[in-house]
Amino acid sequence: MISVPMKRRRFLLTGVVVAAGASLARAHNGKIHVAVENLTFSPADIEAKVGEIVEWTNKDPFDHTATVNGGWEVTIPAGQKATHLVTAGDTVEYYCRFHPNMKGHTKVVS
Amino acid sequence: MKTFISAIATSCLLLAAGQSLAADKPTDPQIAHIAYTAGAIDVDAAKLALSKTKNKDVEAFAQSMKKDHEAVNEKALALVKKLKVTPEDNPTSQALAKAAKEKQAELSKLDGAAFDKAYIDNEVAYHKQVNGALETVLIPSAENKDLRSLLETGLKLFQGHEQHAEHVAMELK
Repeated sequence: MISVPMKRRRFLLTGVVVAAGASLARAHNGKIHVAVENLTFSPADIEAKVGEIVEWTNKDPFDHTATVNGGWEVTIPAGQKATHLVTAGDTVEYYCRFHPNMKGHTKVVS
Repeated sequence: MKTFISAIATSCLLLAAGQSLAADKPTDPQIAHIAYTAGAIDVDAAKLALSKTKNKDVEAFAQSMKKDHEAVNEKALALVKKLKVTPEDNPTSQALAKAAKEKQAELSKLDGAAFDKAYIDNEVAYHKQVNGALETVLIPSAENKDLRSLLETGLKLFQGHEQHAEHVAMELK
Protein backbone atom coordinates (compact mmCIF):
# COMPACT_ATOMS: atom_id res chain seq x y z
CA MET A 1 0.00 0.00 0.00
CA ILE A 2 1.30 3.38 -0.86
CA SER A 3 0.93 6.07 1.74
CA VAL A 4 0.51 9.65 0.71
CA PRO A 5 2.06 12.08 3.18
CA MET A 6 0.00 14.81 4.81
CA LYS A 7 1.54 17.53 2.66
CA ARG A 8 0.51 15.76 -0.52
CA ARG A 9 -2.99 15.18 0.82
CA ARG A 10 -3.41 18.89 1.33
CA PHE A 11 -2.26 19.41 -2.22
CA LEU A 12 -4.88 16.91 -3.42
CA LEU A 13 -7.57 18.85 -1.55
CA THR A 14 -6.42 22.13 -3.08
CA GLY A 15 -6.59 20.54 -6.52
CA VAL A 16 -10.18 19.54 -5.91
CA VAL A 17 -11.18 23.05 -4.89
CA VAL A 18 -9.64 24.48 -8.05
CA ALA A 19 -11.38 21.86 -10.20
CA ALA A 20 -14.77 22.41 -8.53
CA GLY A 21 -15.83 24.82 -11.26
CA ALA A 22 -15.46 22.12 -13.92
CA SER A 23 -18.56 20.55 -15.41
CA LEU A 24 -19.97 17.56 -13.57
CA ALA A 25 -20.57 14.21 -15.22
CA ARG A 26 -24.24 13.43 -15.85
CA ALA A 27 -25.42 10.00 -14.86
CA HIS A 28 -27.63 8.11 -17.23
CA ASN A 29 -28.89 4.57 -16.76
CA GLY A 30 -27.37 4.76 -13.30
CA LYS A 31 -23.86 4.96 -14.73
CA ILE A 32 -21.49 7.86 -14.49
CA HIS A 33 -18.95 7.95 -17.25
CA VAL A 34 -15.41 9.15 -16.71
CA ALA A 35 -13.00 9.20 -19.63
CA VAL A 36 -9.33 8.57 -18.91
CA GLU A 37 -7.31 10.14 -21.68
CA ASN A 38 -3.92 11.81 -21.93
CA LEU A 39 -3.36 11.07 -18.25
CA THR A 40 -6.44 12.99 -17.16
CA PHE A 41 -9.70 11.91 -15.51
CA SER A 42 -12.46 13.73 -17.37
CA PRO A 43 -14.50 15.02 -15.72
CA ALA A 44 -12.25 15.08 -12.68
CA ASP A 45 -15.17 15.92 -10.43
CA ILE A 46 -18.32 13.79 -10.24
CA GLU A 47 -21.45 13.63 -8.12
CA ALA A 48 -23.08 10.26 -7.56
CA LYS A 49 -25.89 8.65 -5.61
CA VAL A 50 -25.36 5.56 -3.48
CA GLY A 51 -25.88 2.51 -5.69
CA GLU A 52 -24.85 4.22 -8.93
CA ILE A 53 -21.90 2.92 -10.88
CA VAL A 54 -18.88 4.94 -11.93
CA GLU A 55 -17.43 3.64 -15.17
CA TRP A 56 -13.94 4.68 -16.27
CA THR A 57 -13.01 4.23 -19.93
CA ASN A 58 -9.25 4.18 -20.38
CA LYS A 59 -8.35 5.53 -23.82
CA ASP A 60 -4.62 5.66 -23.03
CA PRO A 61 -2.10 2.96 -23.97
CA PHE A 62 -1.08 2.98 -20.27
CA ASP A 63 -2.61 1.11 -17.32
CA HIS A 64 -4.20 3.37 -14.74
CA THR A 65 -5.91 2.98 -11.38
CA ALA A 66 -8.49 4.91 -9.40
CA THR A 67 -7.05 4.64 -5.91
CA VAL A 68 -8.43 6.05 -2.68
CA ASN A 69 -5.72 6.45 -0.09
CA GLY A 70 -6.48 3.87 2.61
CA GLY A 71 -9.59 2.79 0.71
CA TRP A 72 -10.64 1.10 -2.50
CA GLU A 73 -8.67 0.71 -5.69
CA VAL A 74 -9.93 0.01 -9.19
CA THR A 75 -7.48 -1.09 -11.87
CA ILE A 76 -8.26 0.39 -15.29
CA PRO A 77 -6.09 -1.48 -17.83
CA ALA A 78 -4.94 0.24 -21.04
CA GLY A 79 -7.78 0.50 -23.55
CA GLN A 80 -10.35 -1.03 -21.17
CA LYS A 81 -13.23 -0.10 -18.88
CA ALA A 82 -13.59 -0.57 -15.14
CA THR A 83 -16.38 0.19 -12.68
CA HIS A 84 -16.98 1.03 -9.05
CA LEU A 85 -20.29 0.78 -7.17
CA VAL A 86 -20.82 3.97 -5.19
CA THR A 87 -21.36 3.52 -1.45
CA ALA A 88 -22.27 6.00 1.32
CA GLY A 89 -18.65 6.77 2.23
CA ASP A 90 -17.56 7.64 -1.29
CA THR A 91 -17.11 11.39 -0.97
CA VAL A 92 -13.42 10.93 -1.65
CA GLU A 93 -10.42 12.02 -3.64
CA TYR A 94 -8.80 9.40 -5.79
CA TYR A 95 -5.62 9.27 -7.83
CA CYS A 96 -3.77 6.93 -10.17
CA ARG A 97 -1.25 4.80 -8.28
CA PHE A 98 1.03 4.61 -11.33
CA HIS A 99 0.75 8.32 -12.16
CA PRO A 100 -0.12 10.15 -8.92
CA ASN A 101 -0.38 13.46 -10.78
CA MET A 102 -3.75 12.18 -12.10
CA LYS A 103 -6.48 13.13 -9.64
CA GLY A 104 -10.24 12.83 -9.40
CA HIS A 105 -12.98 13.40 -6.86
CA THR A 106 -16.34 11.80 -6.18
CA LYS A 107 -19.09 13.36 -4.08
CA VAL A 108 -22.03 11.37 -2.80
CA VAL A 109 -25.32 13.24 -3.14
CA SER A 110 -28.82 12.18 -2.10
CA MET B 1 25.16 54.23 -12.67
CA LYS B 2 27.40 51.30 -11.91
CA THR B 3 24.35 49.14 -11.21
CA PHE B 4 22.74 50.27 -14.44
CA ILE B 5 25.81 49.34 -16.49
CA SER B 6 26.10 45.96 -14.82
CA ALA B 7 22.39 45.39 -15.44
CA ILE B 8 22.93 46.11 -19.15
CA ALA B 9 25.97 43.84 -19.20
CA THR B 10 23.94 41.07 -17.60
CA SER B 11 21.09 41.38 -20.06
CA CYS B 12 23.55 41.37 -22.97
CA LEU B 13 25.03 38.16 -21.64
CA LEU B 14 21.57 36.65 -21.24
CA LEU B 15 20.68 37.73 -24.74
CA ALA B 16 23.84 36.14 -26.12
CA ALA B 17 23.12 32.95 -24.18
CA GLY B 18 19.58 32.94 -25.53
CA GLN B 19 20.79 33.32 -29.08
CA SER B 20 23.33 30.55 -28.77
CA LEU B 21 20.59 28.33 -27.29
CA ALA B 22 18.35 29.18 -30.21
CA ALA B 23 21.12 28.36 -32.67
CA ASP B 24 21.83 25.06 -30.90
CA LYS B 25 18.24 24.02 -30.54
CA PRO B 26 17.62 20.44 -31.60
CA THR B 27 15.76 19.65 -34.81
CA ASP B 28 12.64 17.45 -34.88
CA PRO B 29 14.57 14.33 -36.04
CA GLN B 30 17.02 14.90 -33.15
CA ILE B 31 14.22 15.50 -30.64
CA ALA B 32 12.53 12.26 -31.72
CA HIS B 33 15.83 10.43 -31.23
CA ILE B 34 16.42 11.95 -27.78
CA ALA B 35 12.89 11.15 -26.59
CA TYR B 36 13.06 7.58 -27.88
CA THR B 37 16.51 7.03 -26.32
CA ALA B 38 15.33 8.40 -22.98
CA GLY B 39 12.42 5.94 -22.99
CA ALA B 40 14.52 2.96 -24.07
CA ILE B 41 17.02 3.67 -21.27
CA ASP B 42 14.26 3.46 -18.68
CA VAL B 43 12.93 0.20 -20.18
CA ASP B 44 16.43 -1.32 -19.82
CA ALA B 45 16.67 -0.09 -16.22
CA ALA B 46 13.24 -1.62 -15.51
CA LYS B 47 14.31 -4.97 -17.00
CA LEU B 48 17.37 -5.01 -14.75
CA ALA B 49 15.18 -4.18 -11.73
CA LEU B 50 12.70 -6.94 -12.59
CA SER B 51 15.55 -9.46 -12.73
CA LYS B 52 16.92 -8.34 -9.35
CA THR B 53 14.30 -7.02 -6.97
CA LYS B 54 12.28 -9.00 -4.46
CA ASN B 55 10.39 -5.97 -3.22
CA LYS B 56 6.75 -5.85 -4.38
CA ASP B 57 6.54 -2.04 -4.64
CA VAL B 58 9.78 -1.86 -6.63
CA GLU B 59 8.61 -4.68 -8.87
CA ALA B 60 5.24 -3.00 -9.53
CA PHE B 61 7.03 0.27 -10.26
CA ALA B 62 9.50 -1.37 -12.67
CA GLN B 63 6.69 -3.18 -14.46
CA SER B 64 4.84 0.09 -14.89
CA MET B 65 8.01 1.79 -16.25
CA LYS B 66 8.60 -1.00 -18.75
CA LYS B 67 5.00 -1.01 -20.01
CA ASP B 68 4.54 2.77 -20.10
CA HIS B 69 7.84 3.59 -21.80
CA GLU B 70 7.38 0.79 -24.32
CA ALA B 71 3.88 2.08 -25.09
CA VAL B 72 5.00 5.68 -25.53
CA ASN B 73 7.97 4.62 -27.68
CA GLU B 74 5.61 2.61 -29.88
CA LYS B 75 3.56 5.78 -30.33
CA ALA B 76 6.75 7.70 -31.14
CA LEU B 77 7.77 5.14 -33.78
CA ALA B 78 4.29 5.26 -35.35
CA LEU B 79 4.46 9.06 -35.42
CA VAL B 80 7.91 9.32 -37.07
CA LYS B 81 6.74 6.79 -39.65
CA LYS B 82 3.62 8.84 -40.34
CA LEU B 83 5.66 12.05 -40.58
CA LYS B 84 8.35 10.33 -42.64
CA VAL B 85 10.97 11.57 -40.22
CA THR B 86 14.14 9.57 -39.60
CA PRO B 87 15.29 10.00 -35.99
CA GLU B 88 18.82 11.42 -36.01
CA ASP B 89 21.51 10.48 -33.50
CA ASN B 90 23.07 13.48 -31.76
CA PRO B 91 25.37 14.42 -28.85
CA THR B 92 22.48 14.63 -26.34
CA SER B 93 21.31 11.09 -27.16
CA GLN B 94 24.90 9.88 -26.98
CA ALA B 95 25.47 11.53 -23.59
CA LEU B 96 22.23 10.01 -22.26
CA ALA B 97 23.21 6.54 -23.50
CA LYS B 98 26.72 6.81 -22.04
CA ALA B 99 25.46 7.91 -18.61
CA ALA B 100 22.84 5.14 -18.65
CA LYS B 101 25.45 2.49 -19.46
CA GLU B 102 27.57 3.62 -16.52
CA LYS B 103 24.56 3.65 -14.19
CA GLN B 104 23.48 0.20 -15.39
CA ALA B 105 26.98 -1.17 -14.61
CA GLU B 106 26.88 0.41 -11.17
CA LEU B 107 23.39 -0.97 -10.39
CA SER B 108 24.31 -4.45 -11.68
CA LYS B 109 26.82 -4.82 -8.85
CA LEU B 110 24.18 -4.21 -6.15
CA ASP B 111 21.64 -6.59 -4.65
CA GLY B 112 18.72 -6.64 -2.24
CA ALA B 113 17.77 -3.46 -0.40
CA ALA B 114 20.89 -1.64 -1.63
CA PHE B 115 19.85 -2.28 -5.24
CA ASP B 116 16.22 -1.25 -4.60
CA LYS B 117 17.27 2.04 -3.04
CA ALA B 118 19.85 2.87 -5.72
CA TYR B 119 17.43 1.97 -8.54
CA ILE B 120 14.53 4.03 -7.15
CA ASP B 121 16.74 7.01 -6.25
CA ASN B 122 18.10 6.99 -9.77
CA GLU B 123 14.57 6.77 -11.21
CA VAL B 124 13.57 9.89 -9.27
CA ALA B 125 16.68 11.75 -10.47
CA TYR B 126 16.44 10.45 -14.04
CA HIS B 127 12.78 11.40 -14.49
CA LYS B 128 13.52 14.83 -13.00
CA GLN B 129 16.33 15.30 -15.52
CA VAL B 130 14.25 14.15 -18.49
CA ASN B 131 11.27 16.28 -17.41
CA GLY B 132 13.54 19.31 -17.16
CA ALA B 133 14.84 18.70 -20.67
CA LEU B 134 11.31 18.20 -22.03
CA GLU B 135 10.04 21.40 -20.44
CA THR B 136 12.93 23.72 -21.22
CA VAL B 137 14.37 22.42 -24.50
CA LEU B 138 12.55 19.60 -26.28
CA ILE B 139 8.92 20.81 -26.18
CA PRO B 140 9.73 24.48 -26.97
CA SER B 141 12.03 23.40 -29.84
CA ALA B 142 9.64 20.95 -31.51
CA GLU B 143 8.33 22.36 -34.78
CA ASN B 144 5.79 19.69 -35.67
CA LYS B 145 2.59 19.97 -33.63
CA ASP B 146 2.00 16.18 -33.46
CA LEU B 147 5.52 15.68 -32.15
CA ARG B 148 5.02 18.47 -29.63
CA SER B 149 1.72 16.97 -28.48
CA LEU B 150 3.35 13.54 -28.01
CA LEU B 151 6.15 15.16 -26.00
CA GLU B 152 3.55 16.94 -23.85
CA THR B 153 1.84 13.61 -23.12
CA GLY B 154 5.31 12.20 -22.40
CA LEU B 155 5.97 15.01 -19.92
CA LYS B 156 2.71 14.31 -18.06
CA LEU B 157 3.50 10.60 -18.03
CA PHE B 158 7.06 11.09 -16.77
CA GLN B 159 5.92 13.59 -14.12
CA GLY B 160 3.57 10.86 -12.94
CA HIS B 161 6.48 8.41 -12.88
CA GLU B 162 8.57 10.86 -10.89
CA GLN B 163 5.84 11.10 -8.23
CA HIS B 164 5.35 7.32 -8.25
CA ALA B 165 9.12 6.85 -7.77
CA GLU B 166 9.06 9.36 -4.89
CA HIS B 167 6.25 7.37 -3.22
CA VAL B 168 8.21 4.13 -3.56
CA ALA B 169 11.37 5.84 -2.26
CA MET B 170 9.44 6.86 0.86
CA GLU B 171 8.19 3.30 1.34
CA LEU B 172 11.78 2.04 1.22
CA LYS B 173 12.91 4.34 4.02
